[in-house]
Amino acid sequence: MANSTDFLLALEGVTVSFDGFKAVNDLNLYIDKGELRVIIGPNGAGKTTVLDLICGRTKVSSGSIKFKDQEITGLKEHDIVKRGIGRKFQTPSIYEDLTVFENLEISLPRGRNVVGALLWNRTPEIVERVREVTEMIFLADHLDRLAETLSHGQKQWLEIGMLLIQDPEVLMLDEPVAGMSVSERAKTAELLNKIIQNRSVVVIEHDMKFVESIAHRVTVLHQGKVLAEGNMDAIQADPKVKEVYLGH
Amino acid sequence: MVMGYSLGELSSIFAMQAFAGLILFSVFLLMALGLAIIFGQMGVINMAHGEFMILGAYMTYLTSHGFQTYLPGAYAIYFFVAMAIAFIASGAIGLAVEWLLIRHLYVRPLDTLLATWGLSLIMQQAFRSIFGAREVGVQLPDWMMGALSVTDVIEVQINGLFVMALTLIITGIVALLLFRSTWGLQVRAVVTNRTMSGAVGIDTRRIDRLTFGLGCGIAGIAGSAFTMIGSTGPTAGQLYIVDTFLVVVFGGAQSLLGTVASALTISQSQSTLEFFLSGSMAKVLTLLIVIGLLMLRPQGLFALKVRR
Amino acid sequence: MSAAATNNRNLELIGFALIALLIMVVLPLALDIFRLNLIGKYLTYAFVAVGLVLCWGYTGILSLGQGVFFGLGGYCMAMFLKLEASSAANTKIQSTPGIPDFMDWNQLTELPFFWVPFNSLPFALIAVIVVPAVVAFILGAAMFKRRVGGVYFAIITQALAAVMTILIIGRQGYTGGINGITDLRTLLGWDIRTDGAKYILYFVCCILLLGSMLLARFVLSSKLGRILVAIRDKEDRVRFSGYSVGDFKIFIFCLASAIAAVGGAMFTLQVGFMSPSFVGIVPSIEMVIFAAVGGRHSLVGAVIGTLLVNWAKTAFSESFPELWLFAMGGLFIAVALAFPRGLAGIFTDQVLPYIEKLWSRNRRGQDGVVVPNPAPAE
Repeated sequence: MANSTDFLLALEGVTVSFDGFKAVNDLNLYIDKGELRVIIGPNGAGKTTVLDLICGRTKVSSGSIKFKDQEITGLKEHDIVKRGIGRKFQTPSIYEDLTVFENLEISLPRGRNVVGALLWNRTPEIVERVREVTEMIFLADHLDRLAETLSHGQKQWLEIGMLLIQDPEVLMLDEPVAGMSVSERAKTAELLNKIIQNRSVVVIEHDMKFVESIAHRVTVLHQGKVLAEGNMDAIQADPKVKEVYLGH
Repeated sequence: MVMGYSLGELSSIFAMQAFAGLILFSVFLLMALGLAIIFGQMGVINMAHGEFMILGAYMTYLTSHGFQTYLPGAYAIYFFVAMAIAFIASGAIGLAVEWLLIRHLYVRPLDTLLATWGLSLIMQQAFRSIFGAREVGVQLPDWMMGALSVTDVIEVQINGLFVMALTLIITGIVALLLFRSTWGLQVRAVVTNRTMSGAVGIDTRRIDRLTFGLGCGIAGIAGSAFTMIGSTGPTAGQLYIVDTFLVVVFGGAQSLLGTVASALTISQSQSTLEFFLSGSMAKVLTLLIVIGLLMLRPQGLFALKVRR
Repeated sequence: MSAAATNNRNLELIGFALIALLIMVVLPLALDIFRLNLIGKYLTYAFVAVGLVLCWGYTGILSLGQGVFFGLGGYCMAMFLKLEASSAANTKIQSTPGIPDFMDWNQLTELPFFWVPFNSLPFALIAVIVVPAVVAFILGAAMFKRRVGGVYFAIITQALAAVMTILIIGRQGYTGGINGITDLRTLLGWDIRTDGAKYILYFVCCILLLGSMLLARFVLSSKLGRILVAIRDKEDRVRFSGYSVGDFKIFIFCLASAIAAVGGAMFTLQVGFMSPSFVGIVPSIEMVIFAAVGGRHSLVGAVIGTLLVNWAKTAFSESFPELWLFAMGGLFIAVALAFPRGLAGIFTDQVLPYIEKLWSRNRRGQDGVVVPNPAPAE
C-alpha cells in the first residue's frame, strides 16, 4: 500500500453502521491531487454515504479519513469545508429565499464568523467575482432573481457556482446531471470540464454516457465495499461489475 | 437513623413515594400515549392535547350524572360506559380538527403549534361557558373507594390501583394496534417513508386522520381516568401539558417503549425528589434534569439511528 | 440592488417613519396619560415581538419562552427599584428594617447575596441586558450546538418558562412570589408614579423601541441577515458553505432575548411592578401571536401587531370578557392557517399592488414600466 502522504484524500478501513447495517464496510479509497474520480454502483451501494462521511455529515464508526495527511474524522462540517472540501447535494440545495447574487455572495469563503458577517462590506471586487461566476454558470442575466424562481437545471448550476466561488481543493458532486434535459446535460459537462481544472473532483453518477464523457478513473462500489477500480474500459469489461449491475 | 427516621420508616416512606410516583406515572403515560402517537407519526405537537383530555373528563362527569339520575342501580359500571363515550367524543372532535386544521399545516410544524394553541384557548373557554369555571368532581362507585393495607404503615388506594391497571391495559392495546394491526403497519410504514408509502397505495391522509383521531381519543380516556383521582376544571389540561410534552420528547419520537420509560423516569424522580424538597423545587429540578438530558441526547432516549 | 429590493427597503423606511410618528406624536397628543401609559405597556411587549421577528421570522427558531427574558429584564430593574423603596426609614415598622417587605414577611433577616449588587443602578442596568443574554447564551449553546431545533426547541423553551414561573412562585422569600415585586416608587429619588414621570418614561420607551428596531434592521440588512434566512431555508447547506450554524443561532437568540429584556425593564418602570404572570407559558406564547399577527417577517408589522392585539384585548375584556379567549384562539388559528405572513403580508400582497395599479394608471403614458409583483415582505 502506498504511503498515504502521496494522496490528497485517503480513506482507510472506513466503516459506518446504522443499527447494525453496515452501509460502508472497511472501505479504502485514495484520491490524487488533480484527479477526477467517478464513483458508480447499484442503489444502496453506499455512494452517497461515502460523500456524507468525507464531508462530516455522517460520523464514521471506525477507520480514518485523511485530507492532506491530516485526520478529518470528528471535525464539524464547516471546519471540513474551511479546509477545502466542497460538496454538492443530489437534489439542488440552494437558498430559495435569496437572490442568485446573494446565494453566491454567501458562498464566498470570507467573513464566515458572526462578526465578519455583521460587518460585511459588499466591495466592487466581490461584486465582480460574483459576476464572473454567474457568467460561467449561465446565470449572468438572472443576478437579482429569487433562486426559487429558477428552473431545475438552473438551480443545479447555481449550486455548482456556489461551490466554484468557494474554491475548494476537493469538489464532491452527487449526481450533477440528474433530472436535466439533454441540452442542459451538455452544458453541464462543459461546465464541469471547466471547473475541474486545478482541483480534485469526486463525482457520483448513474448516467453512463455522462460518465464516459468526463471520467478519468472509476470506482465501483457494491454493498459498502470497493468492487473494482480502474479506467472506464477496464471497468466495463469487468465480469464482477457486469454481474452486480445485471443482478443475480 | 437518617434524617431522624428509622430504616423501617424510611423504606415505608419510599414505598409510599414510589406508589405516588406510580400514579403520577400512570397519568403521565396515559396523557403522553396519545401525544406520542401523533408526534411520532406526523411530527406534530398538539398543544390542545390537555383540552382533549379535559373533554374526556367532562364526558365522564356527564355520564356519572346521567347514571345517578336514570340508572342508579348500574352506577358500579358507569365508568366503563363513560370511558367509551369519552373516547368517542374526543376522537370524533380530533378527526374533525385534523380535517379542518392540521392537514393544512403538515409542512409547517411550528404553525401547527400555534394553531393548536389557539384551539386549546377556544376549548377552554367553551368548557368554561358550558360547565362553569368551578372545578367539578365525580362520585366514585363504592368498589373504587377505600384502600388496601399492605403493612401497618403502607396503604394503597384502590382508585389509584385501578388507574394503574387501566394504564397497563390501554398501553397494551396501543402496542397491539401499532404492532399487530393493519393500521399499525401502515402507520409504521408512513413514519419510515411517507412518499414510498403513498406510492405503494397507502392512503397517507387517511392514516394521518385516523392517527390524530386515535391520539385524541386516548387523551379522552386519559381524562376519564383522571376523574378517578382528581377534580376537573376548564384549565386543568394546562397543568400537565408541559410535563407531557417533555415525556414525549424525552422518550424519543416514534418509540412506544421510550414513552413508557421516560414517563416512568420523570414521574419517579419527581415524586422521590418531592420527599426531599418542596413540591415546587422537585418539579423545577426534574424539569431541569430532563432538559439537561435532552441536551446530551437530543434524539430522546430510544431513537433509532438511521441514515438521514 | 434590484428595483424590488430597493422598493422594499423604502417601504420599510416609510413604515418605520409612520410608526415613529404614531407613537411619538399622534398618540401622546390624542390620549390622556392613563391611556398613554397603557400604550407604553403594550410597547414593552413590542420589544419581545421585534426579537421574535429576528429569531423566529428570519431564522426559523420559535421560542415559546420569551417571557422568561422579558421577566428577567423586568426583575433586574424591579430589584433595584425595590431596594431603593425599602430604605431603613421606609421600612422601620418591619422586624428587619432595610430589606424588602416580602422578605420580612417570609422571615428573612438579611438581604440575600444576589440582591446586594442591585443596590447600584449601573449594575442593575447592565444586569438588565447581561443576565438574560447569558441565560439565552447558555440555553442556546447547549441546544444549537447539539442541533436541537424546531418543535423540540419550542417545547424546551416552553418548559423553561414553566420552570421560571414555578421557581419565582416557590421561592417567594427571595422573589416576592406570586405577587411579584410591587410597590416600586422612585428611581434615584425621582418619583416614577407621577404623571410627568410617566410621560418621560413613555418617551424613553418609544426611543428605546425605535432604537431596537434600527439595530434589528441593521443586523438583518447585513450579510448576517441573509445567512439567517439561509439557515431558515436550508440549515444543512449553510454548514457546507463553511458557516458554524450554531454560532449564528446563538447570536440571534441572545440578541432577541436582550431586546425582550429591555422591554421588561421598561415595563417595570412604567407599570410600577413585575410579577410571574408576565413570565410564564401563557404570556410567552401570547407574545408570539403579537409578532405573528403583525407579520413575522416585518419589524414594523410586529409593532403594529402588538398594539392591535393588545388594544383588542383591552377593548374585548372591558365589554365581552368571555368572548376574548374565543377571539384570541381564532386569531392563533387564522394566522397559522390563512395569514402566515400576518398584516404585513396582507399589505404587501393585497394593498400594495392595488396602490401600485392606481399609481401606474395615473402615470400611464409617461412611462410604460409596471413594477412586477412585489418581493416578499421584509
